[in-house]
Amino acid sequence: MLNILEPGLLTTVQDLGRLHWYHIGMPPSGALDDFSFRVSNLLVGNPEDAAGLEVTYSGPSFEVTSEGLIAVTGADIAFTINNQPAAQWRAHALQPGDRVSLGGVRRGARAYICLAGGITVSERLGSRSTYMLGRFGGLDGRKLEAGDCLPLGTPHTSPGAMLGRTCDPALIPVPQKEIEVRVVMGMCSHRVAPDSLKDFLAADWEVSTEADRIGYRLKGPTFEFNAGEQPFGAGADPSNVVDLGYPIGSIQIPGGLEAIVLLNDAVTGGGYTTIGTVITADLDLIAQASPGCHVRFREVTINEALQARRERETRIEQVRLALGIFDQAGMLGQ
Amino acid sequence: MSETRYDYGGDEYLLVVFSEAMDLAINFKLLSICREIERRRIPGVIEVCPANASYLVHFRPEETHPDALIRTLKDLEREIQSAETLTSRLVDIPVLFDDPWTQECAKRFADRHQDPSVSNLEYLMRVNGYSSKEEFITAYCDRPYWISMVGFVPGTAWCYRMCPPEQAIQAPKYIRPRTDTPERAVAHAGVFLCIYPVQGPGGYQLIGMSAVPVYDPEEHLPDLKGRYIMANAGDRWQFRPIDMDEYNDIRSEVEAGSYRYRIIEQDFRPDEYMRDPELYLKHLREEAAHA
Repeated sequence: MLNILEPGLLTTVQDLGRLHWYHIGMPPSGALDDFSFRVSNLLVGNPEDAAGLEVTYSGPSFEVTSEGLIAVTGADIAFTINNQPAAQWRAHALQPGDRVSLGGVRRGARAYICLAGGITVSERLGSRSTYMLGRFGGLDGRKLEAGDCLPLGTPHTSPGAMLGRTCDPALIPVPQKEIEVRVVMGMCSHRVAPDSLKDFLAADWEVSTEADRIGYRLKGPTFEFNAGEQPFGAGADPSNVVDLGYPIGSIQIPGGLEAIVLLNDAVTGGGYTTIGTVITADLDLIAQASPGCHVRFREVTINEALQARRERETRIEQVRLALGIFDQAGMLGQ
Repeated sequence: MSETRYDYGGDEYLLVVFSEAMDLAINFKLLSICREIERRRIPGVIEVCPANASYLVHFRPEETHPDALIRTLKDLEREIQSAETLTSRLVDIPVLFDDPWTQECAKRFADRHQDPSVSNLEYLMRVNGYSSKEEFITAYCDRPYWISMVGFVPGTAWCYRMCPPEQAIQAPKYIRPRTDTPERAVAHAGVFLCIYPVQGPGGYQLIGMSAVPVYDPEEHLPDLKGRYIMANAGDRWQFRPIDMDEYNDIRSEVEAGSYRYRIIEQDFRPDEYMRDPELYLKHLREEAAHA
């Protein structure tokens, strides 16, 4: 059991998300920085899809009631066990009564806490991820509060086997203030003036303060639309289209005034022009960007996007190999 | 029908666009295609999300290259020439129009509206040429609405009044979206009616309050157990104007967890609808009355 003493700014239970329900308007949710989250689980000997905590900007404090293991990954954050500084990207032993505290994020936006056995709040539609807007999953569909108690599962391996394990420093991503993310252009981009699309790819975009699990609003140049009559049912504004589905990672431009990148708690569809989609491999970079960070978009082909996806899996595979985990499913090998 | 457009939505999604404009005939066809894709369990396909005149496919590129999937989908489109019979539920949605809660909300965000001197309902009446409230509500509810898309947040349904485009009731969205809307608010923008499943931001014109929820994350009501939402693309909702007394009665039943939706399942024939909408709607109405 894990007893929350201080919840932190916004801490939620997340796993790898809830698939198959996008068509009812239910986004996948799940950890925004997929790589950091999966590594956190691997470090404590969990399957990659066990549930952990996503910490936003400032961390929680909690007490554990049983022996276990903990790893903290993601953003660079102050992390102590019983007031003693502890290293991130490393498995640490916990004893009953130990107190874990995370402070403010020093670099990046989101840290991940995984404990051996995983957090075992009930699954809803196949996942333990929290979707706050829909009051669904996690702990009562909400962020954690002081006094919450989270159940932990039985560890998959003896704590001693994983103790002190670390992630190869060369594989640890370092959050940057300026990021470049790759994007596959398309969808409704034909509605936008060619010069505006060029500007979009050339511009330096700034992450606004409206940046959360639903999406990141970016400030930059405005967009012009190609002249023409609005289609029936689309709405009067040239940025409106007849409502359609929005992929996770898709970039929409309401009013042509800003760009919004949708993340794991996305609204699943709507009537704004979408001009492209951030490739899955680069969504982790956005997850670690905070307001004031700068973003550039680089256009890639679909095959380059697929190649980047394979490269990310290779990095996870390297982490697994270094930890002596050989099973593809992320379970401990013998 | 113009050429269908197949495009990538990054490395995990495909967007298939049949038309830039809203068109019921196109929605009928794409719903058939989406149901067929689900039925065939195409390797790599995680799910299909139908929209008004397009659909989205979520897939695993490890199991299928997007270009191979596009070829499969194109073959499927050729194969399914016209929409066959669609199973479609007719659901009764009791609505208190001109209610105090959405009016209060509209007042709070008056500075974002085209004409704050009148209520959103009066605004919707005026831009569609109605002067009598009763007359407008009667016309607004004189036929079922087709659910052409589900999404945004869980349970949001795009409800399209089943009439020829020239008779569509239309309204612009708010000039700037509100930051708040009550849960179950009934609203209209563009050619669509929607009910807000949860409290949250929104830009549609607020005209009433549904007595019944369209999203039930706690699975409080028997009809929403295991499905969480009432909307289903291809269903029809019949909005029924009610007064405050009936609204309160239904709310008590909902809160007690005993409310049962009035649902009639019917076979819907898109071609018959397209041939003569009025006649076919009359036929469905009579069939439903005897169900």
